Amino acid sequence: MIGVVIDGQQIETEPGRTILQVAREHGIHIPTLCYHEAMEPFAACRLCVVEVEAARVRKLVASCAYPCTDGLVVHTNSDVVLQSRRITVELLMASSAHVPIIRQLADEFGISEPRFTMEENDCILCGLCVRACQEIVGVDAISVINRGIEKEVSPPFHIASHACIGCGTCVLVCPTGALTLADISGGAPAVHPGKSEFEAVDCRAWGHHALAPKFADHTALLAEEVAP
Amino acid sequence: MHFEPSELVETIERNGVGASLISVLEEVQTRYHYLPREAMILVSERLGMPLSQVYSVATFYHAFSLVPRGKHKICVCTGTACHVRGAVQVLDRLKARLGVEPGGTTRDREFTLETVNCLGCCALGPVVVLDDEYEGQMTTKKVDKLLKRAMRQVGEEQ
Amino acid sequence: MIELRNPQALVDYCQRIRTAADPQQRRIRVCDGTGCRALGSRRVLARLQETLGEAGLAGEIEVVPTGCPGFCELGPLITIDPEKIAYNRVSVDDVPAIVAKTIARGEIIDGLVFVDPVTGQTIIHDNELPFYTKQMRRVLELNGEIDPSRIEDYIAHDGYASLSKALYKMTPEQVIEEVRQSGLRGRGGAGFSTGLKWRFCRQSPGDVKYIICNADEGDPGAFMDRSILEGNPHSVVEGMIIGAYAMGATQGYVYVRNEYPLAVQNLRIALKRAREHGLLGKNILGSGFDFDIEIRVGSGAFVCGEETALMASIEGKIGEPRPRPPYPAQSGLWGKPTNINNVKTWSNIPLIVRNGADWFSSVGTENSKGTMIFSLVGNIRNTGLVEVPMGISLRELIYDVGGGVPGGKEFKAAQIGGPSGGCIPKEHLDVPIDYESLTALGAIMGSGGLVVADEDTCMVDLARYFLKFTQEESCGKCVPCRIGTRAMLQTLERICAGQGREGDIEYLIELGQEVKRSSLCALGGTAPNPVLTTIRYFRDEYEAHIYDKKCPARVCKGLITYEIVAELCSGCMVCARNCPAGAITGEKGQPHVINPQVCSRCGVCQSLCKFDAIVVY
Repeated sequence: MIGVVIDGQQIETEPGRTILQVAREHGIHIPTLCYHEAMEPFAACRLCVVEVEAARVRKLVASCAYPCTDGLVVHTNSDVVLQSRRITVELLMASSAHVPIIRQLADEFGISEPRFTMEENDCILCGLCVRACQEIVGVDAISVINRGIEKEVSPPFHIASHACIGCGTCVLVCPTGALTLADISGGAPAVHPGKSEFEAVDCRAWGHHALAPKFADHTALLAEEVAP
Repeated sequence: MHFEPSELVETIERNGVGASLISVLEEVQTRYHYLPREAMILVSERLGMPLSQVYSVATFYHAFSLVPRGKHKICVCTGTACHVRGAVQVLDRLKARLGVEPGGTTRDREFTLETVNCLGCCALGPVVVLDDEYEGQMTTKKVDKLLKRAMRQVGEEQ
Repeated sequence: MIELRNPQALVDYCQRIRTAADPQQRRIRVCDGTGCRALGSRRVLARLQETLGEAGLAGEIEVVPTGCPGFCELGPLITIDPEKIAYNRVSVDDVPAIVAKTIARGEIIDGLVFVDPVTGQTIIHDNELPFYTKQMRRVLELNGEIDPSRIEDYIAHDGYASLSKALYKMTPEQVIEEVRQSGLRGRGGAGFSTGLKWRFCRQSPGDVKYIICNADEGDPGAFMDRSILEGNPHSVVEGMIIGAYAMGATQGYVYVRNEYPLAVQNLRIALKRAREHGLLGKNILGSGFDFDIEIRVGSGAFVCGEETALMASIEGKIGEPRPRPPYPAQSGLWGKPTNINNVKTWSNIPLIVRNGADWFSSVGTENSKGTMIFSLVGNIRNTGLVEVPMGISLRELIYDVGGGVPGGKEFKAAQIGGPSGGCIPKEHLDVPIDYESLTALGAIMGSGGLVVADEDTCMVDLARYFLKFTQEESCGKCVPCRIGTRAMLQTLERICAGQGREGDIEYLIELGQEVKRSSLCALGGTAPNPVLTTIRYFRDEYEAHIYDKKCPARVCKGLITYEIVAELCSGCMVCARNCPAGAITGEKGQPHVINPQVCSRCGVCQSLCKFDAIVVY
């Protein structure tokens, strides 16, 4: 066991855990956007930053990825931390102020208008959809393309991906609603990104809950591996 | 330039089984002056890498182009040293004469105008490279001379 | 091909090469680095070979293409041995005279020797040129002396003797201790203790370890690493093999940016030669130590100069950094312990092993030992590559070595550290060049790029220029860098366009500080530096742009006007015909007029006007 100090609180923990994991276990709130416990930490949104102290020098680190070491001193809501989170939220508002989760954060930090605006975008590039598709589902249907301010999530060549199995995991993990799954049998337009379309089949166990055929096959295969 | 799958397969095999995706794409880029879609799909299959990863890499690195580049490359150095010596004016002149923005290719597919951040010839800044030929101490006047030479070359090629 | 399988074989080989060499051999050394090639050195080389052949002197005179000796301002450079006669700005048309007069009759050609612009003194011998006498060329010593494609040249100058010493006379720990004692700090910019970094890698458990040479050199205006790889690639190879031995690495990579084809070519040759001589690959020098090096070429991403992004690139992924810890020494390339060092750091290693830690640390300041290599560029007389002891003042570097600012212009600022660095104004010219002193002023040592800006440089425009660069190169993964630098750039663009507002400067400072603190990697972590330092030292320029709507240096297009002075205008119509915007009207023989609403401030008219009739205010 190792000892860390978070906001003055002495905590014992197993080695190899991140600051965020330990904080959450002890009821210390640290906001996150790109973190998901089923996936590897990404450290991209910078909302979860905290100050760590070593040799009287403090620096900001992403708590979702920073490993606890014996004697680590952490400040999760110092002025420096709060100011950093504030600016991060304000920057996210540049294109996504209309997104519910960002509006909520803006309210928490008391920001009404961002000082910088860009073209409106539902996607905040948290990467959760891509990481879920790669790490959890394992079909790599989508990826982040381009670089810098042009960065976006897309299937290859911006056309429907052959690898997509229509499982809807990306939709499930998306924090902003940028990804949706819709019934277009009535002729409604398909959705962003990549517009994968499927003719649904019924789930045998649950009656007429619809599944994309590829997803049904995929889970059947997985089931074979787990319980042949 | 027509894409030849067999050539690409040979390239991949030559690079080896654990071939770096980037090394292979670089060879394709050099050969075809861009990355044809079929080439990327073939690379993905042969290297056993998801197409989404290949596409991600192809769009991230500026050395790769997804649209055909011109036969000739006119590259303006916009490094700091060249910048303080007036590279902006040289670039503006080229933009005006060629009618393209940096990264763009002339409609006849002869010239692609590009910028690069430092060729390391700072003593002769501003520097413009036409294919492999370096021209130093460029001025807007010299741009016109350079283009005249380049057009003549194109004329001879045709 | 001679395979060297024990230390004595190397010693004997070195002796044989030295004995066979005639110190009085007449040689013509021609700089064949990228810079001089761009000025026509290849044609000079070819014409030399041709002319010597025609004169029947081809057997007597050795023509040696070398790497960059550093005096790029005066290229193409040649030096004639054994007299060490230095000729500069040599054109292909000068070659016949050089052969007929200097080679055949020992006659010096006046137009080709160096004339000191201040004293008017003529200096004939290259070892007397003030540009070189004020430097301390340890790493660059052989640049300009040897043919980089000939391993024999390197061996004749004690090449690979350090490797032999390390493998046979030192334990890996002793090598690391020597490097640590020397005080060598990473020359890529971060300045971390190299010895300590090596120790961390060595201490990491595992049989498979990697070492990497970071030759991505993306800073605009920096070409130190390129010149070392072009001119003396074996120094880097030897350094890496010694490091691999010290850390227990099995494979090495040199990651070179794709814009450096000559460096890649010369490195490739060097690796081949080293392997052929048993100095690289299996059973190096017969010691039983196996290690090899592969070249990986970059693909146009400045961010790949960052350690974790570089490793991602080698792994075939996009160049997105990842959080540290874990540090590469614990988990790097493909999850294995990895040590990454800059080109200049690696090429210092053979010198430290040969001469010892004390020799290395006899030069420099208390915390910054050794020498540093800079590329001096911009508004400076002696543009080129210089190597100076740490602790030299910026003033000495710019005026004594660099020859000061040309054209009668005033020095305004020196940007050190490229787009990650900061500018140093006139009042701090006496700052010693060492890691901590530069950081205290808001700049960084960086990789060695030093750009001098004179009075005609707009510091707001310069900040905008750097931020545009980092914005374009941002990988886009983290919010502060992706969006924050965009917000800062847009603000600067507005200011330069004459649309600056109250609060802009404060916003830039606030946002800049947060982007620095909160970004995932050092790209975002340093991108605001040029903005923050120019505001710190040139706030009045920002205020002039914002409140007075003026650009004091007359650079920012939105704030300047081009005007034709009627009294000086001859009415020749050259400017009117060439104006890309069609903004100039006037009849032949009559004074012309520029329409400021249409004028794009491109400057073509002023550059074409033979009568100096166009002014900017």
